[in-house]
Amino acid sequence: MRARIHTADLDWWLLGLVASLCLLGLVELYSAAGHAGSGMAWKQLAWIGLGFAAVLLLSRLDYQWVIDRGPILYLVMLGGLFAVLATGHSQFGARRWVKIGGASFQVSEFAKLVIIIALARFLSGVRTDRLRLAELVKLGIITGVPLGLILLQPDLGTALTLVPVAVVGAFLAGIKWKHALALIALAGLSIPAAWHFVLKPYQKARLTAFLQPEQDPRGSGYQLLQSEIAVGSGGLWGKGLGHGSQNQLGFVPVRTSDFILATVGEELGFAGVFLTLLLYVGLLLRLIQNAKQAKDRAGMYLVAGVAAILGFHIFVNAAMVIGWMPVTGIPLPLVSYGGSATLFVFMALGLVMSVRLRRFVN
Amino acid sequence: MVHRMEDEQRLPLIRMTALAVLIGVVAAALLFGFWRLQVLDTQHYAELAERNRIRTIPIIAPRGRILDRYGHVLLDNYPSFSVLLDRESPADVQASLAEIASGLALDPAALGEQVADAAGLPPYQPLVIKTDASPADIAFVESHRADIPCLSLLMVQRRDYPPDDFLAHVFGYVGDVSPQDIARSKGRYRPGDVVGKSGLEREYNDILMGVDGSRRVIVDSRGRVRGTLEETPAIPGKTIRLTIDENLERVAFNDLQGKTGAVVALDPRTGGVLVMASAPSFDPNEFAHGITPAQWKQLSDDPEHPMINRAIQAQLAPGSVFKIIMATAMLQTGVPPANFTVFCPGSAVFYGRVFHCWVWKTREHAHGLVDLHKAIVQSCDVYFYNVGKRLGIDRISEFAKDLGLGRRTGIDLPGEDAGLVPSPAWKEREFHQPWYPGETISVAIGQGATTVTPLQLAYSIGGIAMGGAFKQPHLLRTAAVDPEIRFPLLPGTVDTVTEAMYGVVNEGGGTAAASRLEGIQFCGKTGSAQVVSDEAAQRLSGHRYLDNAWFVGFAPRQDPEIVVSVLVQGGLHGASVAAPIARDVIAAYYKEKAQSEERLAGSPTKPRSGSTQADPASRPKASGTPQKAEAGPN
Repeated sequence: MRARIHTADLDWWLLGLVASLCLLGLVELYSAAGHAGSGMAWKQLAWIGLGFAAVLLLSRLDYQWVIDRGPILYLVMLGGLFAVLATGHSQFGARRWVKIGGASFQVSEFAKLVIIIALARFLSGVRTDRLRLAELVKLGIITGVPLGLILLQPDLGTALTLVPVAVVGAFLAGIKWKHALALIALAGLSIPAAWHFVLKPYQKARLTAFLQPEQDPRGSGYQLLQSEIAVGSGGLWGKGLGHGSQNQLGFVPVRTSDFILATVGEELGFAGVFLTLLLYVGLLLRLIQNAKQAKDRAGMYLVAGVAAILGFHIFVNAAMVIGWMPVTGIPLPLVSYGGSATLFVFMALGLVMSVRLRRFVN
Repeated sequence: MVHRMEDEQRLPLIRMTALAVLIGVVAAALLFGFWRLQVLDTQHYAELAERNRIRTIPIIAPRGRILDRYGHVLLDNYPSFSVLLDRESPADVQASLAEIASGLALDPAALGEQVADAAGLPPYQPLVIKTDASPADIAFVESHRADIPCLSLLMVQRRDYPPDDFLAHVFGYVGDVSPQDIARSKGRYRPGDVVGKSGLEREYNDILMGVDGSRRVIVDSRGRVRGTLEETPAIPGKTIRLTIDENLERVAFNDLQGKTGAVVALDPRTGGVLVMASAPSFDPNEFAHGITPAQWKQLSDDPEHPMINRAIQAQLAPGSVFKIIMATAMLQTGVPPANFTVFCPGSAVFYGRVFHCWVWKTREHAHGLVDLHKAIVQSCDVYFYNVGKRLGIDRISEFAKDLGLGRRTGIDLPGEDAGLVPSPAWKEREFHQPWYPGETISVAIGQGATTVTPLQLAYSIGGIAMGGAFKQPHLLRTAAVDPEIRFPLLPGTVDTVTEAMYGVVNEGGGTAAASRLEGIQFCGKTGSAQVVSDEAAQRLSGHRYLDNAWFVGFAPRQDPEIVVSVLVQGGLHGASVAAPIARDVIAAYYKEKAQSEERLAGSPTKPRSGSTQADPASRPKASGTPQKAEAGPN
């Protein structure tokens, strides 16, 4: 059985798309950060190298074994999230990081991975064609506890990234119409409640700025406005690498991470954005393809969960860059600068490979 | 088949396909979003990006310098920094207002008020919140570029008015252009421009004021300048050259210290103003830096009215200086004839009223037998009462006007007053009263309703000494031939009058004999005018009702080169207070002339002819052609 697992059987199309996106990220990172960029680019390259190693390593690991460790991983994650709340050092006004050894590590990235695994384990146990209410509630609790803890950090963006994993999972597992409608209604009702009891003032400010960016052109709305100006002024072909004034003169906020797509839009134009989104669509469709081919439900849910979370990241980030979504701090997978986030994507892809390599195996 | 048995564990593939379709739809929607921004609206965003990164920084044009007749710099500029407040993000401004106020040592309330007042102005127009920023202010702005991006510095050229108020009334002062001036200027002035508000600054604003340039720079998100796109250099204002002689001005300025009055010296050959001083004075720098309401109140409430340029705005009775006008009228008309004599017993009765001669109050009590020469030399009032009675008010009035009184001289300064030559028609018009013959007697010795300015007296006496050529007084040295009004006088008239004026200074009994200058044909006439309760007295002297001292002198007797008019308000006696000032100015003039002639004689090369920069040594001799001497284009 083991003999049938070949590295050559890895999804090379998928890895090619990943490599292209990483390359695009490195180029834009170098351009966006100017002279400081080379240092950042090298650092990011190191993370990418580490990521590819993680893919190879995790692809050898039987995902079934990982799924079996689901409860333990889940508890470790909860412990980690509590640790962050208790001891984590703050950056940008939010506690998101814990120090393990010398390196800061963002526990919430690890939480994304664990949620994918935990939900895959839970949903693969469901044998009916449609989820029953009790199962739906369980699904909600599994997702809701870490979500709540991340929300307390506070990190609204990352907390929300857990939602699509559950939603896509429920969709694939089958959901009754009345349940779906009830959930949508509940979500609708929870918005005012969240506004009053959950959201921090800065989060509220971001949302108001999103709705009325003209009110505060220097605050949160300023970031969106500058991002739109960067993208819009890029035109069809862009201003050329290193020639985007919005980017080079610092008008685009956090241009190396959350708003790197604005930099792509300004310097490489619509053509660059088109290419980027095309690569992402390819990546997601390859993931769907791998999910379809999974030998069992657990593998399918695992891959679908990865696709859901990456798709959500891409959509929310791109929509934010063009002003369709408020500023949430969700990076663009593989392209934005950032160690934890990049490593998470590669680890998730490693699990996908593990599923793929075992699609014909019993 | 191996994977057949897993089929039951698989889910309907249709759900997977639905997800794939969702991915496609979302991607298409996002691409539409980018297409709209980047292709459909790209022009709009390109403009926004340009506006983001490009700032237009004004380059303030320095005002033209002001030079004296020899090219000495009288008024220049110095570079200074103003702190600007960019109001494009009101929330930002409000948030940093307290820190700005403390950092720049400004009153927070006043700053808040200034910002609130500017709410109606376009937001792209920055506010000047501090002028003449100190090094500490500049350091504050520079070090807070990141957290207070709404502050910036602007280099400006400020007027450097002499700190001792030297020539303050002639220069005037500059200030921010008023909304009315902007409306009148047909686009020439823009808000925030600095324009002349009074004096020469206002008169020659169009010459002195340059055209501001601008620099289009690239800035980053913190407002730091990262590069220059293009630069339109400022066109500096043109330098103007005055007829003022700095040395003589300084002499008059020093002599006036502590007094209330004015000194005007003209070159009667050209009308060029050599000296114009008024005391007390004010500091134009206070206006240039934005005068505070308290400072303004202090200046306008000052009973001495330091803002008034007494040389052109003090309208006072000329006193006995007017006797020169009387003598000229008498000699021109022959009424009474030139050999007319009067016995002065110290007083005389006209129309039932006793009129005293000033000599009445002295030990002599009387002048005795007086002819015209003696009447001028000893300033006999009784003699001129009789002349006045014979001439009549109509002829006196007519001659006074013909000889330059009662109308503006047309000097190139704003705000010149016309003085007043009374006449029956005037009295009927103003008061609806007939002219009383007794008033003529008062007018004959320069009292009554007659008022003149110091400039008018210099103009008038200078014109008489020039034989009836009244050159229009002016401060700007121009190439043009000086306009003049000719009222030809008989040679005998001029000789008689100037000889008598020579006697005033040089004869034993002359009223100004104490001011005699050795070797200089210094002529003049004293005057001590009672301060009567007319408007002028109210306005200019306030509570002071002491006699005003006058002296008008010129030299040499024939073809005069300089005529000096001196007024000292409340000075009592023209002879003792005013005449010495005129003497000092004329002495300084001759000293300077002697020095330049020495230099000329010692110099082997001739001064450049036709040079625009007149050499100090090229001062023309008395016999030279005056017009040419003044023909230095500036």
